Amino acid sequence: MSLSGKEREEFEKQLEAYVGIDIGIEDASRDAVNQAMIRQWCEAMGDACGAYTAPEAAAKSVHGEVVAPPAMLQAWILGGVAMATGEDDPRDKQRELHRLFDARGYTGVVATNTEQEYLRYLKLGDRIRARTQIESISEQKATGLGIGYFINTRTRFVDQNDKEVGWMTFRVLKFEAGDQPAAAAESNSAVPAKPQRLRPALGHDNRWWWDCVEKDELAIQRCSACAVLRHPPRPMCGECQSTEWDYVFSSGEGTIHSYVVIRHPEVPGYTYPLVVAVVDLAEGTRFVGNVVDIEPEEVEIGMAVQASIERVDDEMKLPVFRRAS
Amino acid sequence: MPATLKNQAAIVGIGETEYSKNSGRSELALASEATAAAIKDAGLSPSDIDGMTTFTLDTTDEIELARAVGIGDLTFFSRIPHGGGAAIGVVHQAVMAVATGSAKAVVVYRALNGRSGARYSEGVSGGPTTSDLIHWSWYMPSGLMTPASWVAMYSMRYMHETGCTSEDLAEVCIAQRNHAVKNPRAFFYQKPLTLDDHQSARPIVDPLRLYDCCQETDGGAACVIVSPELAKDLPNPPALIRGVSQGAGRDQESMTSFYRPSISSLPEMDLVAKQCWQISGLTPDDIDAAVIYDAFSSIVLWQLESFGFCKHGEAKDFIKDGGLGLGGRLPCNTHGGQLSEAYVHGVNGINEGVRLIRGTSTSQPAKNDHVLVTAGVGVPTSAMILGKA
Ligand SMILES: [Zn+2]
Repeated sequence: MSLSGKEREEFEKQLEAYVGIDIGIEDASRDAVNQAMIRQWCEAMGDACGAYTAPEAAAKSVHGEVVAPPAMLQAWILGGVAMATGEDDPRDKQRELHRLFDARGYTGVVATNTEQEYLRYLKLGDRIRARTQIESISEQKATGLGIGYFINTRTRFVDQNDKEVGWMTFRVLKFEAGDQPAAAAESNSAVPAKPQRLRPALGHDNRWWWDCVEKDELAIQRCSACAVLRHPPRPMCGECQSTEWDYVFSSGEGTIHSYVVIRHPEVPGYTYPLVVAVVDLAEGTRFVGNVVDIEPEEVEIGMAVQASIERVDDEMKLPVFRRAS
Repeated sequence: MPATLKNQAAIVGIGETEYSKNSGRSELALASEATAAAIKDAGLSPSDIDGMTTFTLDTTDEIELARAVGIGDLTFFSRIPHGGGAAIGVVHQAVMAVATGSAKAVVVYRALNGRSGARYSEGVSGGPTTSDLIHWSWYMPSGLMTPASWVAMYSMRYMHETGCTSEDLAEVCIAQRNHAVKNPRAFFYQKPLTLDDHQSARPIVDPLRLYDCCQETDGGAACVIVSPELAKDLPNPPALIRGVSQGAGRDQESMTSFYRPSISSLPEMDLVAKQCWQISGLTPDDIDAAVIYDAFSSIVLWQLESFGFCKHGEAKDFIKDGGLGLGGRLPCNTHGGQLSEAYVHGVNGINEGVRLIRGTSTSQPAKNDHVLVTAGVGVPTSAMILGKA
């Protein structure tokens, strides 16, 4: 994914256009500076300073009233959950810049450091707005995370009277995320894997049965002590409590005891409408499986069917039933 | 020896959230609101509660709920498995706790974001390898993995054996919708259903169509259970529990008991019914109204047969011509049921049973001495009979 010399030159020229510009959108506080948010913040941070949360104590402090912790400066203008889940504002030049990096393979992003400067304490009722400038973009750097560029922004905070109340600088690294992008890029470009059917979970009590299916055998568990057949397999015979068992192979002959035609929801990996039947096998046990090569309207209870073991997707074999000839 | 749980406890408070398709809040929040409402309705305060019971499927931890609501010391808590089959099993737990003195006041609760969160209609799939997943593994590879598909398998056979038709199933849906139309809590409030609507709705899994399937709901419901003595001091008329029981049948699987000689009846519900009649000393003739678990329309028919309101295969005749309506033989699911009010795993049905005994249903039958309330089918299940004090 590394850029050739000429590509890199072009890319860095594109980046230059962003240096020094205002990102084009203003972040405005959705709520005025308020006691509830201050209290939550102080509780989360474990800050028990009375000037922030106790009006009586605050009145006696140098502030004479409740003030917000200075470190909350940015909290007043954050976009909330929408920041993570909402759509990008098309006017936002900072997002545009990040997408430019993404397109060139610098998909990683990490905040490296931030500094804040506070010009005054914020009071209850203050309304904060902020504008951000892209201050500089570094030359290409080799970092522990990978090759990348540092982007420095500087944000100016003002109050309802357009008076400055603080500054913040923020530095992020946009980088090529290690060895993974190459592999990821490969799999992205490949044809998406065809969805497969849900596979069975395998454990002590059923793995042997699925192993038989792999060998094209439809097995029925049999108690070694009393010879009663049972399906689905269980570790103990309900008739005689023996834990000894072997199995016989079904002829696959059977009749439909009941069936359904599944139409909704359509799960990837299956073809709909999908017919599933409970089949009375000739051996006396039942088996649940698909009925194939038949119009759903033609399926009937009592219909004679024959099982065969077939590959139902790229990997899995299953017993399926067809109308007996 | 028959169980001795007759008149040992009463439901004295009910509560619920609004029922919606997107609650916009956590299941803990829903459980908290429903529980607090039920405690308030009972005329108790949170500190009076010392027992809690819910479904194994519920995501809200008892102690989290207790903290949220301000419930203090708990001396009893338990959970019942198998989805909707637990609906009255949890009441059974509460009754036993109260009867034995293990607790004085027990909250039954269930809350789920069943539409905006995990949806049952999306079916079972992967997850850690448990005995449960090994069980589903006999069906997932063939695509039989939703509740509708499992119930449809029994339904097809039942309809084949009894001559019951899709139009007969529609009778259940329409009777319940007529009730929902009058119930402001119901999703289908003021929205009637015609036979034509039912028959032209899209098929989900043959033979079940859209309106044969229950809602998927965000919501919570809860109730409070105390001794009959304590109930006397509380503001609302108590719904006395005349009989309550659980049952799992021979060769039972959870939703897929396809290996029994007959799959067109409910041995576990037969067992539950037998115990309910035995404990209460009542018969089907004593029942004035019912809340019959209705995740799907067809399962109402089988339960009518299990409880002996009619013989096997005759439910379609029992329900004809408004048999489940207000003027019918057995007014049923007067809140609209889970088909038309909301799907809160049957606990909204418990609350409706209590309203029927209080005489406060939006579709209130004139006679209300005894009300049957049942839980989910195809799984180990449960039921109870409520009566006036
Ligand atoms: Zn044996």
